[in-house]
Amino acid sequence: MAKILEKRLIRSPDVFYYKIDAPLISKKAGPGQFVIIRLHEKGERIPLSLADINPEEETISLIVMAVGKTTSEMSTYKAGDEILDLCGPLGQPTHIEEVGRVILIGGGFGVAPLYPIARAFRSVGNGVITIMGARSKDLLIYEAEMHYVSDKVIITTDDGSRGTKGVVTTALKQELEQNGADLVMAVGPAVMMRSVCETTRLFTVKTVVSLNPVMVDGTGMCGGCRVLVAGQSRFACTDGPDFDGHQVDWDILMNRQKSYLDEEKESFDAWKKRHAL
Amino acid sequence: MPGRNAMHSKIPIPEQDPVKRRSNFDEVTIGYTPEMAVKEAGRCLQCRIPSCVAGCPVHVPIPQFIKAIKEGDFKKAIDAIKEANFLPAVCGRVCPQEDQCENNCALGKKGEPVAIGRLERFAADHGMKSGHTDIQRLAEPTGKKVAIIGSGPAGLTCAFDLVRLGHRITIFEALHEAGGVLFYGIPEFRLPKKIVLHEINTLREMGVEIVNNAVVGRLIAVDEIMNEFDACFIGTGAGLPKFIGIEGENLNGVYSANEFLTRANLMRAYAFPEYDTPIKKGQRVAVVGGGNVAVDAVRTALRLGAKEAMIIYRRSEAEMPARNEEIHHAKKEGVRFEFLTNPIRIIGKDGGVKAVECVRMELGEPDPSGRRRPVPKKDSAFQIPADIVIVAIGTRANPLLPQSTDKLGLNKKGYIIADKETGQTSREGLYAGGDIVTGAATVISAMGAGRKAARAINEYLKSKSSDKIVMPNPESVILNQVLNQVQDL
Repeated sequence: MAKILEKRLIRSPDVFYYKIDAPLISKKAGPGQFVIIRLHEKGERIPLSLADINPEEETISLIVMAVGKTTSEMSTYKAGDEILDLCGPLGQPTHIEEVGRVILIGGGFGVAPLYPIARAFRSVGNGVITIMGARSKDLLIYEAEMHYVSDKVIITTDDGSRGTKGVVTTALKQELEQNGADLVMAVGPAVMMRSVCETTRLFTVKTVVSLNPVMVDGTGMCGGCRVLVAGQSRFACTDGPDFDGHQVDWDILMNRQKSYLDEEKESFDAWKKRHAL
Repeated sequence: MPGRNAMHSKIPIPEQDPVKRRSNFDEVTIGYTPEMAVKEAGRCLQCRIPSCVAGCPVHVPIPQFIKAIKEGDFKKAIDAIKEANFLPAVCGRVCPQEDQCENNCALGKKGEPVAIGRLERFAADHGMKSGHTDIQRLAEPTGKKVAIIGSGPAGLTCAFDLVRLGHRITIFEALHEAGGVLFYGIPEFRLPKKIVLHEINTLREMGVEIVNNAVVGRLIAVDEIMNEFDACFIGTGAGLPKFIGIEGENLNGVYSANEFLTRANLMRAYAFPEYDTPIKKGQRVAVVGGGNVAVDAVRTALRLGAKEAMIIYRRSEAEMPARNEEIHHAKKEGVRFEFLTNPIRIIGKDGGVKAVECVRMELGEPDPSGRRRPVPKKDSAFQIPADIVIVAIGTRANPLLPQSTDKLGLNKKGYIIADKETGQTSREGLYAGGDIVTGAATVISAMGAGRKAARAINEYLKSKSSDKIVMPNPESVILNQVLNQVQDL
């Protein structure tokens, strides 16, 4: 059992911040790692990226967007409630070393896991530039936090309601042309990570992506999270989640992410019906 | 002479009707009634030198327990079994008795051997129902602490043996349920989960602590465990699924058997959407492989509603490693078998599976395993329509724990090197057994390894000087927290 110590709505109506009591995980976890939760006896196991790790106060933080059955159900949990199973840290931590200038790119609420990653890159002496994008300013999260751990934050919105009008890759291209970079890392929807990789390929900048395939156990046992990287089948849970983005077969990843769309809808609809939503 | 014929064959075990059972997850075999058990036990010749016992990896006192059943003393029967085997209700159901105890039975020379497995199951089930199997005598506490990594058959057996000797046992389990393959791998219709839960509860009542969601190698390192415990046993299983390496294996609808069975068993996806975890319920399901796992997967697919479920196996039926009884069950349920057939490509449509392209095989010269090597027949390619493909061709070593552990000797394939008789690894006080040492094998051989290691660990703990002052290790904060957490539960 893991207790929720704090819960906040950070983007109306569906993105929530949770601070969870996790003494052991907080001491062992590194940036880029994730946990798997199971809410209750009948629940599924879902992976969630760590949005913060705080060993002093023995907590981890998660940012969850209520998009399906489990995440919506989790959005009904309050501070003081307990999550039945919390397993982690899982995956390999992001490889952190001093390389010079690092550009981090977050799309949508995928910016949250970049927070501990940015802090780690900066702590070893890198210059950290964060590019974060959303459709409009209301959908941006973690802006203040990213300012806190970055040397520079570039914001893009599709409608121009905040920052530069356009998508993250436009800003990335400009940044690479003007100042260059030694490493790019992208976290967010697969389609965004793929276009980041297409952009950086032109500049031959090493690009790390954090992949998010469907997962079950998270320990390498089932192979459900396999991805094709450099022609090799790799497991995101044990070999990843970080991979060289220029080597990832994005079509396979995006296709496999859609495996259970029908079932997810069926499960969500049944839940909404039960809760008269 | 009817009496003579009866003497030659086993009392049949009642089963659910094949047509009915292929659409439910209830147990296939229903088990002997007391009358049937007494009658079957009467077939045993009570050999003075019982070769059946020699065929059992944990040396269950077979003639003794069968004699007790014959005499109607079922409590005595289960007590005798439990001295040697902590999981008789499991073993009676899933052991390959035809290759072990029953293979050695004197009756087997002229007719069918005694149904030792069915009798073991009867005694265990009867004991469980009447509740007199649960009290185990424990030795005085020794003050020694042993950590066990993995709660599958090897770890559970090791824990059972050591806790009875008075040692304090903590099991670290990566998943949210204990039991390992007994829980996530073997389906409900062959091994009801309530049996596994019952046995695990028995262990808990005996004082064994089980820490779930503890992935050793990530949450805690073996080195940290070794600082805090007097000895440690690794029984993490083989783990990683193998794939064939053919085109189309990453299509949606292609599963490893591990994933398919984990979804169905551990996550109870067969009860989706009541349970949240989904599983693809195919119309035409092709399972590649010939072992017990392949047969479990194909029969699970059938029960999930497949119109057609088939096994694709590259050798012939004679070489199939699966248990005869399970192959027989599968056939009766309507599973199709494509022997001497090998997949070469999975053909996709709209991101999913449309067909498996296969070639016919023929048996050539014997390979290193002694079985004749299957070789493809020329120009024999053909397609089998399918919408789900399940790959059940074995597993390899999960590198998670070994990679994070210093000075642990591994073989070329990544399995832990451990002494056959003691489970001793390259590090003092660290033992290993089961699939993580041998590669994928059976439940009972893992239990045998757990038992041997328990004996060796006990000897090791006795030999360690008892007057040594154990200093509390400041580095063990993490472990203390794990243990406190357990006590809080």
